[in-house]
This record gives sequence, C-alpha cells and structure tokens, in this order.
Amino acid sequence: MSSDIVIAILMTMAGAATPILLAALGELVVEKSGVLNLGVEGMMLVGAVITVAVTLTTGNHLLAVACAAAAAALAALIFGVLTLTLSANQVATGLALTILGTGFSALFGRPYTGKSVPTVGSPFPAELATDPVWRLLFGHSVFVYLALIMVVAVWWFLQRTRSGLILRAVGENDLSAHSMGYSVIGVRYAAVAFGGAMAGIAGACFPLALTPQWVERLTTGKGWIALALVVFAAWRPFRLAAGAYFFGLMMIFEVYAKSSSSFRVLPSEFWAALPYLATVVVLVLISLRREGSSSAPACLGKPFIAAG
Amino acid sequence: MDISLTPRLQLHGITKRFPGVLANDNVGFSVLPGEIHALLGENGAGKSTLVKMIYGIMQPDAGEIRWNGQPVVIHNPKAARKLGIGMVFQHFSLFEAMTVLENIALGMDAKIPARELEARIRQVMDQYGLHLDPHRTVSTLSVGERQRIEIVRALLLKPTLLIMDEPTSVLTPQEVEQLFVVLRQLAREGCSILYISHKLHEIKALCETATILRGGRLVDTCDPRVETSRSMAEKMIGGGLKDIKKPAGRTLGAERLVVNRLSLPGAGPFGIPLHDVTFTVRAGEIFGIAGVAGNGQNALLLALSGEELSRHPEAISIDGAPVGGLPAKQRRLKGLASVPEERNGHAAVPEFTLADNTVLTARDRLGMVSAGMIKSSSARTYAGEVITAFAVKALGPGSTAGSLSGGNLQKYIMGREILQKPSVLVVSQPTWGVDAGAAAAIHQAIIDLAAAGSAVVVISQDLDELLSLCDTLAVINGGRLSKPMQVEGADIEEIGLLMGGIHGEGAVHAV
Repeated sequence: MSSDIVIAILMTMAGAATPILLAALGELVVEKSGVLNLGVEGMMLVGAVITVAVTLTTGNHLLAVACAAAAAALAALIFGVLTLTLSANQVATGLALTILGTGFSALFGRPYTGKSVPTVGSPFPAELATDPVWRLLFGHSVFVYLALIMVVAVWWFLQRTRSGLILRAVGENDLSAHSMGYSVIGVRYAAVAFGGAMAGIAGACFPLALTPQWVERLTTGKGWIALALVVFAAWRPFRLAAGAYFFGLMMIFEVYAKSSSSFRVLPSEFWAALPYLATVVVLVLISLRREGSSSAPACLGKPFIAAG
Repeated sequence: MDISLTPRLQLHGITKRFPGVLANDNVGFSVLPGEIHALLGENGAGKSTLVKMIYGIMQPDAGEIRWNGQPVVIHNPKAARKLGIGMVFQHFSLFEAMTVLENIALGMDAKIPARELEARIRQVMDQYGLHLDPHRTVSTLSVGERQRIEIVRALLLKPTLLIMDEPTSVLTPQEVEQLFVVLRQLAREGCSILYISHKLHEIKALCETATILRGGRLVDTCDPRVETSRSMAEKMIGGGLKDIKKPAGRTLGAERLVVNRLSLPGAGPFGIPLHDVTFTVRAGEIFGIAGVAGNGQNALLLALSGEELSRHPEAISIDGAPVGGLPAKQRRLKGLASVPEERNGHAAVPEFTLADNTVLTARDRLGMVSAGMIKSSSARTYAGEVITAFAVKALGPGSTAGSLSGGNLQKYIMGREILQKPSVLVVSQPTWGVDAGAAAAIHQAIIDLAAAGSAVVVISQDLDELLSLCDTLAVINGGRLSKPMQVEGADIEEIGLLMGGIHGEGAVHAV
C-alpha cells in the first residue's frame, strides 16, 4: 500500500470520527450528571440544518456553527424543562426530541435541499499541508482539532476541576449532593445545554466538512452511534476518542466498497454495516476485560425530586 | 459548668407540620458550649425532623432558633455550616465511586486546592486518631470507615456544634468506644455535641443531658447519668415497657436445620463470598447471627432461602433432607420460610395488594393456586388472618404493601411467614427501622414460633436484639461464621472482637 493511500485512509478516518466524537463528548457530560438524553440524533439534525441555512444566507461559517450550537442547545433545554423541571420520563422524552429534530430539520431544510454549501478547511496556512505527511497533521478541517481539544478539555473538567467534581457527584448520588447544598437541577440543566451545543456542533460538521449540502436525515444515525459509544467507552473521554476513531476507520470500507471491485465479494450493505458491528464488538471486548464495577453514573436516567 | 454561659443553641417553640402529621410540636431546649446533649426518642418521634431544621435542610413552620444568643434563620445547610454547625448523617451522604478526598472536597464550601485539603485532612486525622487513606475509593471501605469520612468532613470545618444522627447503629462495640473517645475530646475542646440515639446505655455512658421526644413533643429533659435505662425507655415510649416472655425451662428438640461447610462465591462485583459456614439449629432454638453490615449476611440469607444455590446439596439440610441444590420454591415446600432484610422490593412488592403479596410466598404451602389460577378468596382470607393475628394497621387485604408504614409492613411479612407454620424460619433484620411496639410484637412472635417447635435463624446487626432474643449466637465476619456460643454467659467483648474480624479464642486472649 502506498503512503498516499494510508494518508488518505487516516484523513477519512479523522473526518468520519469527528462528529460522532463531538456529540458523544457532549452526551458523556450529560450522562455524568445523571441525565440520559436520547435526543442526540435530533439535536444533531437541528444543528446541521441551521448550519446550512445560516451559511447559505450569510456565508459566515463561525456564525453558522454558533447558531447551530445555540439552536441545538435550545432543543436540549426543551428536553430539560420536560425531564428536569416536570420530571417526565427521560427515555420517552429523548426519543420524542429525536423525532422532533428529524421533522423540524426536514421541514426547515426543504428550501435548501440540494444547494451546495461552502465547506471549511484547515485552520492552518495551506503551505503547511502541501507535503502529504504534513497534511496528516495540518490538513484536517477545523472540527477535527476542536474535537480533540474537547476530549482533553472534558477529561480535565471532569477530573480536575471542582465544578466537574460537583457534576459527577450529582450524577452519582443526587440526594446527597442536594443535601450538601448543591443545585442538582441547575447542574443538570447546564450539562444538558452543553450536550445540546456539542450535538449542534457535531451536526454542523456534516454540511461544513463531510457532505457539503442539505439532504433529509443528513446525519444518518450517527447520533445513535455516539450514544452507544458513551456506554461502551465506560464514560471515559479518551476511550471515547479511541472508539470514535476506530469507528471512523471502519467507515472507510463503506467508502471503498463503492469504488473498488475487490470488495464485491460481499454485498455493499455488509460493508456499510461493518463499522457499526465492529465498533460494538471491539468496545464490548474492551469493557469485558475490565472486571468489576460498572462505571455507569449511579443516578443515570433517574428523575430527581427534592424531598422536604 | 458556668451558669452564665450563653447557650450555643436554643430552640423555642419549634413546630413542623407535614401533611397528616405534626412532626414537631412546640419543641424547645438548649445546648451549652462543650456539652454532649442527647436527643432521645423512638423512630418517628420527630428527632430527625428537628435536627434537619437545625441543619437548614427544612424550615420550621413556627418557633425560633437562637445561635449563641442571637435569633437566626438557617436557610440551607451551607448557612448552617457557616454558623459552625456540622452534621454526621445516619445514612451517609457519600459518593461510592469517588475517593475519600473527592468526597470530602464535595462537602467543603470553600474552594481549597486538593493538595492543601489533603494536608488538612491528614492533620485532622492525626489530631483525633481517625485513620483513613484519602485516595481510597469509598466503595472499598467498611461502614465504620465511611462514618470516619463523614466525621472528618464535619471536623474540617471546625464546628462548634456537631450533630450526630444515630452514629453507632452500624458500628462494632469497639468502634463505638473509639467514636466516644473522639466525641469526648471534641467536647473538652469546647464543641457542643447533639447526639441522637435510641440506645440508652450509650447515652448513659456519653451524655450529660438528654432531651426526650415522643410523638413530636418534648416529654422530658433529664440527666442520663442519674436516670436508669428503664426510666428513660419508659419516658421514650410513654408507658411501662412490656417484657418479652420467654417460656422457662424449654428443651430443644431434634436438629432441624443443618448447615455444613457452606461455601459460595460472592454474587456481583461487591458480593461477599461465604467460606465453610457451619451451624446447626434444633427444634425450638433461636439462633442469632451477629455481625457488622456487609460481612456476608446477605449472601447467607440468599443461600439459606434458596435464591443462591449451593453446588453441594448436603451443605444445607432441613429435617435431614439435603436441600442445598433446591431452589426457593422447593425449599418452601420442605418447610423453610425466609424474610429478607429489604421489606419493599424483596420481601414484598410495594405496588401489590397484601393479598397478592401473600400469594407470592404462600401459594404452594397453602394451596392458593389451582390449575394456574389464583384462588383470590383464599389469598384474601389468609391476608385477613395475618392482619388480625399480628395487629397490622392496614385498611384490609386490598391495601397495597407500599401504603403500610415500615413497622406494619414488617409485622405483616413476619405474620405471612409465621402463620404458614414453617419448620425453619430464616429472618434478616426483623426489626430494622421498626418502632419499639412493633419490634416487641415481632420478637414475641419469633419466640412463640420457636416454642412451637420451629428452628429460627435471626440475622441482625443489632447485638442487643440478638442477646435478648436468641439461645445461641455466632458472629459472621468476612463471610466466615464463628463458633456458636450460648447467649447466657456470652462475653460481649469477645463478640465485639469477633465482629471486628479477630477469630478464634487464642486471638481473643492475645489482644
């Protein structure tokens, strides 16, 4: 295999992994606070369609991503009001959020369907990325770097800051956290909004870095993969990054199966399904090896109702 | 003590109403600096509600709290801590998956860098002889160690009033002594202590003043050092204590339950494995199993009830028949009944009616099911019998289990099993969180069952309960059972050492 192909594979891998990683990092923080938001896919679609609309209207990428994050965070806050303030069932409400996001994006995106969207490139000067090997370091879209920075940032926040400690405490034992005087609902609202914003940015990746146009269901179920990754990665940011990149690597088969004859031994649907299958298998193997305690936040999905 | 001292804490006319109950009715007392003050009362007497108001978790509906002479309103626990009030809860508010250090950091209002906090923790630990590794995960600690975290956390704030809510209910006698040493040292340094308990001998040993609550009202303030345990108990329950009647001159019959070298791997990541548990219970005998929580009591109950099966059928036998490999249903048919510790969710389904809950354990022995159909009339009749025989306060067999109070549900569950006339009854924590009246009724029912020829195993963390109830006693520690001993003439110190994990007579004498 020539080095060009290897580099092309690695570039594709990073691109494919990035939206999943961004959305999953947001969901990781949400779940660490004890909330299960199954609406990731819906929020990603809201982010994606808002990105297309703002980019095509204003041409400003930064504004588009900011609007996507804000819109998806707003969608997440609807979920927050229902589940946190009104103590609705989180699973049902999350599913409803996905349906809402899917429907909203289809309706809102109709005028933009098929129009091509200008993509964003690397944040580094183009000269740095002329050499193929340098391209591997400096030639990715800005989202790839953002996602990697966020991996470290989320880890650092959860493990090294007092706010992160409080957030984990709220997810671990909400009643105790409440009795110590921490605002369980407040922390969860903040986490849910952050998760929404991250899903919105993840959604923005699709039109701006992967498929530069709007079509219905543009995110093709990647929000569900992000949800599954959080669980299989045992709520650890670095393992989450590894899982997302592995998934990205497997996605390449899908791409090459369409173009290369050597993949024809098996139907293309198989290659399309492979990343999902392989990710699940690998992550299950990883979590099997670690014996003992399940690392799920103890209050995950349980509504909090303050006593007294 | 100087009379002119301003009380550190004064309560006047504190009243708190919940829907349907008056939890505190015009309660007032004061705590002096450096005083160890007991707050005494039965479950439901309003002790917890009262201290929750002092600690700012709840607000009183009426009344005044004075702190060092000044009227204050304590809006939340943070405000309480700011005043200098620390509290150690009965149910620890700890985060299992986090380290000792992280847990303590969460309890601090000020932001302190981790390294500095660790230094201060180590200093407090040295000062009071409370030893703990700050970097251990809480889930790996014993109950006594967990309580130490709570105490260290409270002491770091240099409190001038420390509230201890039932602190000894889960400790071994030796751990209780260590705790008292710490509390006395604190009091000498000027910290007031409000000590909530219903264990009278502890209050006599530790406290200078006792305020007694009954039904939400203050009934007396006395000096526990001059009162007798009996006189305080009578004030607490408001009437003469009913003694448990043990029939005199009982003779024990044939061996009914034999457990022979029962070993089981622990269930789940935190399960305690059982090692070579061996004991025999004869007809008419009440056999007590003492021990600190989390030493294999649960595993033993599950192994006896048939929820966990043994690979060796002979490990457990009932009336000579090996049952170690039989599941719960078959064991019930052989005459075994069991009552697990957890009332709601394990012994009973809270959403089910009492009649339906009866079917769950009594269907086979009492023929409540024929051809797959439940005979609901016989279930209702039996549930009604249990309610009458055990004086359960419930509207009828149609009430849901969850609507009953803890004590009443426990009486119902005990009655459901006892009226099936089991040849062997295994019960865990029969009076956990049950008021004294219900506890006495349950104890009497256990004694009557044994007197009728059943073999009874009582697993309990309450040593006093076992000493008053049982004929024979063994201690479980780390999944191993000590040699059984006769309760008459048992050495409390030896039992305490066994509970703390020192096995064998040689080791006891060596200490």
